[in-house]
Amino acid sequence: MKFKSVFDIIGPVMIGPSSSHTAGAARIGRVARDLFGRQPEWAKVHLYGSFAETYKGHSTDVAIIGGLLDYDTDDERIKTSFEEAEKAGMEFEFIPETGHTDHPNTARIVVGDSRAEMSMVGISIGGGKIEITELNGFPLRLSGNHPAILVVHDDRSGCIASVSNCLYKYDINIGHMEVSRRQKGEMALMVIEVDQTVDVAVMDELRQLPHITQVTRIAD
Amino acid sequence: MDVLFRNVKELVERAENENKLISEIMIEQEILITQRTREEIMVQMDRNLTVMEEAVEKGLKGVHSISGLTGGDAVLLQAYIEKGNSLSGTLMLDAVSKAVATNEVNAAMGTICATPTAGSAGVVPGTLFAVKNQLDPTREQMIRYLFTSGAFGFVVANNASISGAAGGCQAEVGSAAAMAAAAIVEMAGGTPQQSSEAFAITMKNMLGLVCDPVAGLVEVPCVKRNAMGASNAVVAADMALAGVTSRIPTDEVIGAMFEIGQSMPSALKETAKGGLAATPTGKWLESKIFGGAVVGSGK
Repeated sequence: MKFKSVFDIIGPVMIGPSSSHTAGAARIGRVARDLFGRQPEWAKVHLYGSFAETYKGHSTDVAIIGGLLDYDTDDERIKTSFEEAEKAGMEFEFIPETGHTDHPNTARIVVGDSRAEMSMVGISIGGGKIEITELNGFPLRLSGNHPAILVVHDDRSGCIASVSNCLYKYDINIGHMEVSRRQKGEMALMVIEVDQTVDVAVMDELRQLPHITQVTRIAD
Repeated sequence: MDVLFRNVKELVERAENENKLISEIMIEQEILITQRTREEIMVQMDRNLTVMEEAVEKGLKGVHSISGLTGGDAVLLQAYIEKGNSLSGTLMLDAVSKAVATNEVNAAMGTICATPTAGSAGVVPGTLFAVKNQLDPTREQMIRYLFTSGAFGFVVANNASISGAAGGCQAEVGSAAAMAAAAIVEMAGGTPQQSSEAFAITMKNMLGLVCDPVAGLVEVPCVKRNAMGASNAVVAADMALAGVTSRIPTDEVIGAMFEIGQSMPSALKETAKGGLAATPTGKWLESKIFGGAVVGSGK
């Protein structure tokens, strides 16, 4: 079931005018910022389907930038996010695409700074709900309903065991887990949805494990 | 995932077997799924109710969108109601004006609560604050109205769609109106089965409704579709309370809505490429608002 809570239906409280194209868009932007781990210096946003056709009317662009600035769906500053982005020194560009995607409300957000670059695809499935479907070329499913941990690691035996052992030690239950890799023996990604909030100590311990390159946490 | 209901049939059966309100089943399921306390859940819904109240109040004072396409109609309607000789009746027009008020605030980038979406955010609060004057509910009953709406919306969202881009306006205002009809019935003292009938009757009359926003803005025709969604909900609630039933079971109506949405061309699903958006005036308004070459005629 994609919609789990009654507040997915009666909610969110948000700045208008569209739950999918404004609130959902802001949430996609905010997850991108969460995953990147800090305020990016630049953002390139590719819009597909209905997002590409109607983004101006729905303020989808303004909302995505608001999300990249870490604003929630009901933050009044969403309305002036372009100005706020300039103040924060974040350059951005919107590129409406004509290509076909599985979902009509799709955005590919590429963000970066002098240290790193990241690419993420998010879809807005209605009523403000979103899903993240791709990260740095890895397909994934992330509902945003539960706290989640993303682990980028080398494709070696024992990696998954060491991560899950660490979570077990802190009594963190795994609700959903996906593992993918680009090619045998190369970079791989673990997506772990958990039932409990993951605190900093756990994150640090995960980072110390062998063959782990990056660990990111997404709050509920 | 363990849930208490996956479709309307299970929802109604559970409510009737346990002799509970539909709102209560929704609250219990929320506790089960989120592991939060009843109090936390009630407080959050109370906050959403307050946001809805404030949006209605703001809209009734008069707001206008940046594009200038919408705004001020809620004020006109309230002034007309006060003259006392409306044809469709005070409660009906009150619901309509409050639905319009909410969507005018939404179009003006004000703060609203999506129910189930922002484009359809007027119907549930519009009907609630209108029937409130006649049924005189407690605050808790008003909060329960939102849980009842949410229970039906939950089924639609998981078994069909609440997105205009995926299913057309029938998925948005259609769902909102049907959710409201079911909630009115519960507040008026009807049975869970009567809520289900009211839902089905409303949804059947919203089937096929396309999403064709002029210039891609959530304004024309969205605001007035919320108005008519609210009126549809009130009438269907009365029909169900009178004992009228739907020949097609509610879950099958929801299934039909999904199928219709699937076969709807994408020009009519929130792309602003067909329907009213593609009329000469619709195109003219688009070019007026966003600049560029003037296409088609218009006034």
